[in-house]
Amino acid sequence: MAEFEKANSIGEWFDQRLNVKAFTKVMMTEYWIPKEINFLWAMGALLVMLFKLLIITGIFLLMYYKPDVNMAFDSVNYTIMQEVGYGWLFRNIHGVGASVVFLIIYIHMFTAIYYGSYKKGREMIWLSGMLLFVLFSAEGFSGYMLPWGQMSYWAAYVITEIFGGIPFIGGDLVIWIRGNFYVADATLTRFFMLHVLLIPVVLIGAIAFHFYTLRFPHVNNEEGEFFDYKKESEKYLAGDKANSKVIAFWPDFLSKDFMVIAIFMVFFFYLVFYNNGFAMDPVNFDKADGMKTPAHIYPEWYFLWSYEVLRGFFFEIGGVSGKDLGLMAFGFAQGIFLVLPWLDRSPMVKPANQRPVFKYWFWLLMADLFVLTIFGKLPPTGINAYVGFFASTTFLGLFISLPFLTTIESKIVGGK
Amino acid sequence: MFALYVGLAVAILLIVLNIVLSKLSFVPKEARILSIIVVLVGYIYWGFEPFAHHEMHPHVEDASYAFDGKQDIEALEHAGKDATEAKAFWATIAKIAEHKGNAVAGKELVAANCTACHSMTSEGFPQLMSDADAAASYGVTPPDLSIAGRVYDRNYLIAFISNPVKAMHIEHKYPVGGDKVFPMPSSDFMQPQEIADMVAYLSDAASKVSAPKVKEGATEFEISKAVNKEVFETACVRCHAMNYAGIQAKTTAEAMSKYIGATPPDLSQYIRSRGDDYLHNFINDPQRKLAGTGMPRVGLNEKAESQVVEYMTQIGDSKKDEREALGPKVLIYLTILAIFALLWKQKIWRDLH
Ligand code: HEM
Repeated sequence: MAEFEKANSIGEWFDQRLNVKAFTKVMMTEYWIPKEINFLWAMGALLVMLFKLLIITGIFLLMYYKPDVNMAFDSVNYTIMQEVGYGWLFRNIHGVGASVVFLIIYIHMFTAIYYGSYKKGREMIWLSGMLLFVLFSAEGFSGYMLPWGQMSYWAAYVITEIFGGIPFIGGDLVIWIRGNFYVADATLTRFFMLHVLLIPVVLIGAIAFHFYTLRFPHVNNEEGEFFDYKKESEKYLAGDKANSKVIAFWPDFLSKDFMVIAIFMVFFFYLVFYNNGFAMDPVNFDKADGMKTPAHIYPEWYFLWSYEVLRGFFFEIGGVSGKDLGLMAFGFAQGIFLVLPWLDRSPMVKPANQRPVFKYWFWLLMADLFVLTIFGKLPPTGINAYVGFFASTTFLGLFISLPFLTTIESKIVGGK
Repeated sequence: MFALYVGLAVAILLIVLNIVLSKLSFVPKEARILSIIVVLVGYIYWGFEPFAHHEMHPHVEDASYAFDGKQDIEALEHAGKDATEAKAFWATIAKIAEHKGNAVAGKELVAANCTACHSMTSEGFPQLMSDADAAASYGVTPPDLSIAGRVYDRNYLIAFISNPVKAMHIEHKYPVGGDKVFPMPSSDFMQPQEIADMVAYLSDAASKVSAPKVKEGATEFEISKAVNKEVFETACVRCHAMNYAGIQAKTTAEAMSKYIGATPPDLSQYIRSRGDDYLHNFINDPQRKLAGTGMPRVGLNEKAESQVVEYMTQIGDSKKDEREALGPKVLIYLTILAIFALLWKQKIWRDLH
């Protein structure tokens, strides 16, 4: 073991043992972030904040929640909401947080798409981000089941049923996932385990990995500019902060993040106190009843677009049933964002609006996702079914055409 | 069709908005980005909340507390059905309502005609059987009439005594000539004056019932809860349970399903699952919101109905007051925090520009 001098201060004591000073430099004061960024680059930090809120409130809820089909509903709606001091507050924060985290994830994702932050060295950031998206989806879905209301039950029923569409193993797979032939107590307890243990643990690891992937390529900036980080950071360290293109993670970048988070929290807690119906569906305040199908079954808002893709194909095409087509389209929609860095063949890293072809693609995709989301909630009858079909095909078409469109763009801009 | 236009409008709006905002170079960039995001998020929220609700739950006419049959007749005519019978019935009711009742005469009539089945404890007519026995022998536990004159509308009571099935709007459960007979017989053979007298007596008796007892030092919330509970018990508890208040339905589930062909739900969370608006409209006339439902129109006057809904809030959303009191404090605290965060950011970034 190396010789240790007697430490003169607590800071030194820790520094000797943990190399705190060097560590802080690497992680905070000399971790470089581009200066040309706007508040959209605070979405990642905001997500971390929301995730923390979810974990903390979740721990409190866990103290009273009972994962049993006979007790779950009342343990939430009576014990937590009415008996436990401020239990209602924890539940509202948790419920609204779970919904709002998806809003911010979407803003974060589409910021990345808009600024082209998924390519030229940033592919791993994108992939780890998509991993987070998948994990959050699973976390949201499993959590939604826990209050064991009507929507909990029927969403669980419909979503697990989807796996039945997989050829050969589908039927057995559904039973394996549910732990029973129908959605039952075994289903609730296993999704409870996933929600409070396995997925959160993996999520924490995945967030750490996402941060790791950011380290080498650095985050993108408003103009998609590539520059020499070494030169710019030397300028910064020499005191010429104003002319340097970089800022330090701490305190420069985080001071802005905190500002955005603090302002956002005002809005967030407004929702928690005064407008939480969008996150806690009224139908879910009816106890689960397997004999009584609700008049309308729909997922939470953040799954509506992919649900609509699933429902979009409602008639047979070329001998393949509408249900199977829907499942294939749904599978396509789930996976396609993952490979976006390779579908975009244009080398341009620029905001979408400066890209001659991509800009149309981007805004069309946005519009299409809006239509899918809005119609995903409506009953798929009459004209709605056709709008759904049209929007679903548009979605598929957009992604299939992306490599071709971006190849054209690449020619237009001359490979730059 | 309307929905389709909305879908198209969304796409066009998004494109136009984006073009316009990208040209307004005099607006700071972050403000432009923020406004795009606010509009997009607002639009999507509008789409999956208010718009979707509007599409899935068509609007029905507002609750009416006149109980003059106007809406029943309109509904029949709207559905292209024959409304002559309904018109005649409600015209008779209006005639009876013109008579001024005599409470003293009414007391004798009620004693002779009603108290064999109904109790009226405040007036010394006790309940003769247990709830379960009563349910077994009559098909449903008959209500105690002590405060009936206060919670039910006068017109409705007249209509109800004359013909319960019509007043309750459950002809589909008890069709004329069907093999099921409603437990309480119609009294349309009685003289209009007699009916008016009975109703006058019910109302007179109800006005003498004193407010429910509460324990010493009860809070305002507890007092109002006790008052509302009395109304709720009279109006709803014969059929419905309120588990979160420890209240069981007086009629057994088995008797209920014979009586009305359904088991009425526990109402503990109905204020959350249905909401204020829906409940008011539904209680006022269930058929209008949910055609074919087994729940009868109970004929609560406006005050009693709002007491019922308030009670459902006090039980089902008991922390509402706490929530509304805490909200502003948290928001003020966060606003101050946000101001400090803003100042700190500006201090740090002063050197960076
Ligand atoms: C809870 C989940 C997530 C957390 C906590 C998180 C956190 C972060 C943080 C702190 C940053 C750096 C600052 C910033 O640009 O905001 C970042 C960047 C990034 N994230 Fe995420 N993220 C999450 C989910 C996602 C998802 C779902 C995607 C997309 C598939 C994604 C893709 C990216 C990309 C591409 C960047 C780089 C942005 C750039 O270079 O400008 N992230 N993330």
